[in-house]
Amino acid sequence: MIRILNGEVYDPINGIAGEVRNLYICDGRISSQDAGGRTIDAAGMVVMPGGVDMHCHIAGPKVNTARKLRPEDHRAHEIAKTPLSRSGTFGSVPTTFATGYRYAMMGYTTAFDAAIPPLAARHAHEELNDTPVIDKGFFLLMGNNEFIMERIAAGEKEEVRHFAAWLLQAAKGYAIKLVNPGGVELWKSRSNAHTLDDEVTGFQITPRQIIQSLAEVSEELSLPHPVHIHCNNLGIAGNWETTLETMKALEGRRGHLTHIQFHSYGGNPGESFSSKAAEMAEYVNAHPNLSVDVGQVMFGDTTSLTGDGPLGYMLHQVTGCKWVNVDIENEAGCGITPIEYKEKNSIHATQWAIGLEWFLLVQDPWRVVLTTDHPNGASFTLYPRIIRLLMDREYRKEMMRNVNQKALAQTTLPDLEREYTLNEIAIITRAGPARLLGLQDKGHLGVGACGDVTIYEKNADWEKMFAAPRYVIKDGQVLIEDGHLRGETYGRTFYVSPAYDPAIEGKIRKFFDDYYTVRYENYPVQLEHYLPRPEAIPCRV
Amino acid sequence: MQIEAAICAFCGCLCDDIVLTIESDRIVQAKNACALGKAWYTAHSRPPDLPAARVDGKSVEVEEAIEAAAILLTKARYPILYGLSSTSCEAQRHAVALAEALGGCIDCCTSVCHGPSGMAVQGFGEPTCTLGEVKNRADLVIYWGSNPAESHPRHMSRYAVTSKGRLTPNGRKNRTVVLVDVRSTPSSRFADLLLTVRPGIDFEILWALRALVLGRKVEPAGLAETGITLAQLTHLAELMKNCRYGVLFAGQGLTQSAGNQMNLSAAILLVRDLNQFTKFAIIPMRGHGNVTGVDQVLTWQTGYPFGVNFSRGYPRFNPGEFTMVDVLRRKEADAVLSVASDPAASLPAEAVQRLTEVPLIAIDTHESETTRLARVSFMASTVGIRASGTAYRMDNVPLFLKQALTSIYPSDEEILGRLLERVRELKA
Ligand code: SF4
Ligand SMILES: [Zn+2]
Repeated sequence: MIRILNGEVYDPINGIAGEVRNLYICDGRISSQDAGGRTIDAAGMVVMPGGVDMHCHIAGPKVNTARKLRPEDHRAHEIAKTPLSRSGTFGSVPTTFATGYRYAMMGYTTAFDAAIPPLAARHAHEELNDTPVIDKGFFLLMGNNEFIMERIAAGEKEEVRHFAAWLLQAAKGYAIKLVNPGGVELWKSRSNAHTLDDEVTGFQITPRQIIQSLAEVSEELSLPHPVHIHCNNLGIAGNWETTLETMKALEGRRGHLTHIQFHSYGGNPGESFSSKAAEMAEYVNAHPNLSVDVGQVMFGDTTSLTGDGPLGYMLHQVTGCKWVNVDIENEAGCGITPIEYKEKNSIHATQWAIGLEWFLLVQDPWRVVLTTDHPNGASFTLYPRIIRLLMDREYRKEMMRNVNQKALAQTTLPDLEREYTLNEIAIITRAGPARLLGLQDKGHLGVGACGDVTIYEKNADWEKMFAAPRYVIKDGQVLIEDGHLRGETYGRTFYVSPAYDPAIEGKIRKFFDDYYTVRYENYPVQLEHYLPRPEAIPCRV
Repeated sequence: MQIEAAICAFCGCLCDDIVLTIESDRIVQAKNACALGKAWYTAHSRPPDLPAARVDGKSVEVEEAIEAAAILLTKARYPILYGLSSTSCEAQRHAVALAEALGGCIDCCTSVCHGPSGMAVQGFGEPTCTLGEVKNRADLVIYWGSNPAESHPRHMSRYAVTSKGRLTPNGRKNRTVVLVDVRSTPSSRFADLLLTVRPGIDFEILWALRALVLGRKVEPAGLAETGITLAQLTHLAELMKNCRYGVLFAGQGLTQSAGNQMNLSAAILLVRDLNQFTKFAIIPMRGHGNVTGVDQVLTWQTGYPFGVNFSRGYPRFNPGEFTMVDVLRRKEADAVLSVASDPAASLPAEAVQRLTEVPLIAIDTHESETTRLARVSFMASTVGIRASGTAYRMDNVPLFLKQALTSIYPSDEEILGRLLERVRELKA
């Protein structure tokens, strides 16, 4: 039991924006009753729900391969064991323990890995079980699944739905994720999808059909989170048209477009590169069915790791750095390469500016989420700096002076005077993502919500304030106090269990016999074994 | 009783289509398993014939042996944990925690088999794929320095040669199979093209192949020492460039011969170059059942795949410094814990010498030179037979191995878990 007294509370879901209030936590949840217990005097401090990261890469095969690929990135970024915590290494792709502690130290209590191949779901769960403190889950790659493509080609919509539900159950995943729909399949024959209407060789379907049918399936299954889309043509000049086409292809259905910054480019490949954030934000503003997370780029060394195989190859061609590609049977792909974003590089500067334009141009903060697509745009540890860029116009202008000026001048960023309020920050870092994820108990401080509370000491430097909360409380337990870990816990794993017609199983079994190298029986993740603290989030019809 | 879709954990193929027939707590038949797999099932389903724990050769309660082992390990200043390739990831997770708690080293069989592959990957990356893509797409399969017929007997039928898939409906007929080795082996007869090369010359051949693939000129004289001709090599380069989906399986003949890490680097760069023309992948032929899993667990917990040291309280990686053979040869290790491995029988003599000089603790599923030599030894249940747990196939696909028979000995996971708990208490 905890009482948090006299804090300045930001709880946007419940319409509280900076009122001085008392909060009580009882049995791990927010309560209306003062049941005593430890008292935290939060007078003069800012109180928010625990942060929610809706799109990051923290577990599973490509994250671990990236760790293995880059010993040079870990060296000198170690964290030592303590009596309460395990050791690890940091750098752009931290180890599991390091990941959990760092999220917690930043006041985040929930994070979702955004791209897990179903065949490796077991691996992702194993790593999440070694990721302390935070609650977690993952999105399941389906945009290049050959069973799904076959069923779409055959016009069997129902079967696509039953299969998607079966797959979510089998992998214990949370949402349907598309990565370069159709393009990753094409990459297996060294090609790619460049428009929504390119044919996916061998399947006689198009990316458009994949997007539409899985958006429909997400809605029909009433999944808590809508279809989560990494569009075709990521990173390519002129890709904004593809992104806009994707938005239109949803035809009013709900859809989340992820790391939108990477998909907002004008110009022509090899010739010109520009920002189309303003035009696109306008479209998003006018279409309430759409939401985005930004995928902000920050300058420095990081690792690009993606389910988008052809993108990985393209980046490797550009940088000449070491390169991993993994083609994953019947369902997915992967590309990994180190990358350094440089302030004076005109493309990188444009990317940085585009991210900020997106934050500042989307009018409804509930539909834009703070992410860096960790570690692709930057490490999640840079979120506090991004918050400062959004809240502090002077700081932003100062930072703008360091980047390639020609590139900057071609964006709208120099003209944008908006400053985020604390309440808006609370929306884009917790309330908004929790709502978009369909997590009823997260992202707010109403009675019955999870007792995840972050308490910040005010500081004129917003980065400092958000980087080191004074207290972080998870499920009613004070875990971080004055920057130190006070206890080690392991969070829950969220998953969904949508219903499907068991008649589909015979067809899936046949598909496994024909094309997989693991047996149908050995594919589903054993709930009892791999999810020690499971929480099924209901699919509400 | 029958168990369908059981998983054989003997080699890196992790065949998951085994049908077990069980009679009175014994596996009497393992349908679909190869000879190695059948032998593994028979050997590991024998009823227990040894005490669960021994200290100085005397049978003791497991608890007493845990205490003895914990004291030996905590007293040591530079203990090393080694092995772990034939156990579950769950056990491996405890092992890393134990090494961390002790402030010692942890290393796995990778450092004496495919460590050079790991280091080459750290240098250049790795274009690769899962074995299902080989089954579905590969029309050119190259085994280099590998004898799958003997080391991974079902590799060719399940995955790479005769298997049928989406773009390979006629299996063997849809593929060209190349074998590059220093001698003819039982695998040779499966090849369409057999290149017998001189030992220790793989790097030169791979480098010349790169040149040919990239259209550079290669002097025939430069190949004089290799055992093959420019015409042969040009033919191979053409096959590689013109295939639809090629796969190079890199065996220990590449990693454990002259040039080791450089051989793998050359192979990776060759495959990378080939991706300018077509799709090409490289897959190391990882041997033991779950040696791939140790890499995974060590990497997600420490950032490094083998040869990790915790003496500063955080992980450091340095092959040659923190790897088992080196730590023993330099007489630095003053206690050794071997898990699911037989270093006394498999390491070089100087390293084994050190094993006889320091407190040695062994956990294994059967008696071995190491368990006989050990001051404290535990018998453990075999994962996939008398215990459950996770293992990663050679292509990093994770599988759950179910227990088939009753467990009589504790599992590695259980023993290491208890040891960890006791060591933490003693250290506190
Ligand atoms: S090939 Fe390997 S995994 Fe398959 S049955 Fe034989 S020994 Fe077992
Ligand atoms: Zn992402």
